[in-house]
Amino acid sequence: MNLSAKVSGNPQLRWALWAAIALLLLTLPFATEALFGRSWVRIIDIALLFVMLALGLNIVVGFAGLLDLGYIAFFAVGAYGYALLASPQFAVHWPFYVLLPLGAAAAAVFGILLGAPTLRLRGDYLAIVTLGFGEIIRVLLNNLNRPVNITNGPRGITLIDPIQLGGVSLAQTHEIAGITLPAVHNYYYVFLFCAVLTIAISLRLQHSRIGRAWMAIRDDELAASAMGIHTRNLKLLAFAMGATFGGVAGGLFASFQGFVSPASFHLIDSIMVLSMVVLGGMGNVAGVVLGAVLLTVLPEALRYIGPLQQRLLGEVLIDPADLRMLLFGLALVLMMLLRPEGLWPVRRRSAKAEAAHGR
Amino acid sequence: MEIFTQQLINGLVLGSIYALVALGYTMVYGILGLINFAHGDITMVGALVALTVVQALAAAGVPAPLVLVLAGGCAILVCSLLGLSIERVAYRPLRRAPRLAPLITAIGISILLQYTAALIWGKQYIALPKLLEPAAIDIAGAQLTTLQLAIFVLACGIMALLLWFIKASRMGRAMRATEQNPDVAGLMGVNVDTVIAFTFVVGSAIGAVAGLMVVLYYGIGHYFMGFMLGLKAFTAAVLGGIGNVGGAVLGGLLLGVIESMASGYIGDLTGGVLGSNYRDIFAFLVLVLVLVVKPSGLLGQSGGDRA
Repeated sequence: MNLSAKVSGNPQLRWALWAAIALLLLTLPFATEALFGRSWVRIIDIALLFVMLALGLNIVVGFAGLLDLGYIAFFAVGAYGYALLASPQFAVHWPFYVLLPLGAAAAAVFGILLGAPTLRLRGDYLAIVTLGFGEIIRVLLNNLNRPVNITNGPRGITLIDPIQLGGVSLAQTHEIAGITLPAVHNYYYVFLFCAVLTIAISLRLQHSRIGRAWMAIRDDELAASAMGIHTRNLKLLAFAMGATFGGVAGGLFASFQGFVSPASFHLIDSIMVLSMVVLGGMGNVAGVVLGAVLLTVLPEALRYIGPLQQRLLGEVLIDPADLRMLLFGLALVLMMLLRPEGLWPVRRRSAKAEAAHGR
Repeated sequence: MEIFTQQLINGLVLGSIYALVALGYTMVYGILGLINFAHGDITMVGALVALTVVQALAAAGVPAPLVLVLAGGCAILVCSLLGLSIERVAYRPLRRAPRLAPLITAIGISILLQYTAALIWGKQYIALPKLLEPAAIDIAGAQLTTLQLAIFVLACGIMALLLWFIKASRMGRAMRATEQNPDVAGLMGVNVDTVIAFTFVVGSAIGAVAGLMVVLYYGIGHYFMGFMLGLKAFTAAVLGGIGNVGGAVLGGLLLGVIESMASGYIGDLTGGVLGSNYRDIFAFLVLVLVLVVKPSGLLGQSGGDRA
């Protein structure tokens, strides 16, 4: 608190801090590769994707207070949209600057289609309907290989085109000014750009007229509508906006992996993104970013638990993947009981604080 | 016509199991306004406990009826304790919290139950040892096995007993009072905490019986089986009007029949284009349709948003 006050009070210090953060982020893949190996750069790439996803869900859950348990479906729509139009599946190869906006738009349309009939329902009904929607999308992806083969069923779609920037494929290793950039590094910078953009949009939204209206709806829908807020339209907007983020992240995911299958879009993935939002701090952008990074990196670290058990106990008692899920469940329960506002809670702008600032 | 009768029988039997699970959702929702997300997984635990008991006793040569009674008893005991402790640990501290909080702990508990079960029983499908030799009864060309008949009769008996209990007993009256207004019920001398704990115990015990039935009916158990079952039972509860015990029974039977009719006829109706692999979608479609057309359900009272 003291430190942040000192920094924000001193413009030079603030610039130095931002420059340090920027430098850190720009050199991160090289440092990571040197310290932990290239597989961890990949994990960081995935973490950036989850930052985008979690921030998208944060708009729906954190800002507008609508519990969406099928959020991964929008991710799936974006990913399959990209995969179908940039792979040998239909022998169509559209460029990413067409497909990413298209995926975002498709996800937004799905968001509105889902939201329009359900948003007048109470919160917990909404949770179940969105959950059902997520499952329907997955069942469709699994079964739409008959009678016309669209999604290729459970086998998924392979050989998806990588992102091409001005004729340069991101999936290849490049040499620029003596620095070697493998594929994971290229994607890191693209994802970093998108994630920073997402953070900026989220921050701007939060204090905008729309963002404040969302929070008013979250805190008391009846009062908000009495104050002249058009609750239905704004809730739809939150749904569509959250879906858009999911759609873009999905497209990036498809191009990055080169492969999509229905197995990546289970209910548990929706719950994982929700956990990131809840554990980080619902409604607080910085907290959600923290939650997304922690929940991507920590489970990866848990992989070392298997060999550790082997060494200490002579056998693997708990499968690390199961342990991860157990800890997830436990974390959700404990977090709600002990610290319901999350690790990094949002600072409420209260009337008292505003008065203290002399406004 | 035979197909129709057969699917009707299958649907009613399946529906009676859905109805039993739906009772657990609807009773808790009626009193707390909370979707007990973990209820399907409590049913799963009941099913797997029953399976284990059957496996152990059937190998020891204990007669089949005794095995079933013991399996059911163990499942009821474990599930009741589980329901009681979940309410105490995860829901009671959050009774006055914002609505999202207990729903998220419920999801957490659901994951915990699933993966604890995966640790105990493993992730593979567990088969039921050959225990019964159900005979088939012929009804208008369709087959009704004695097992199906027993499941249906037992389920109806439990439901009738519960309806009578809520209507006639002192505890049942306290439950209804708490449902209408917990604060006033407390002022009238009802111990609200006891009533809520009791509701969880009864719901979980009935869920345990449903779990045993699923195991007997399908012959297998799995750590993830509670998810779909719970979702469908919840749909049944919403269909009948959530919070309404009679509605859960009606919704369960109806959903079972809709589902087996749909999966029985979808192949013929679409000329073989869509198969029964779409059967799990019907429950969701029903759910979405009900919520859009008549959110209060078939027997629920409309109006009066308690939020």
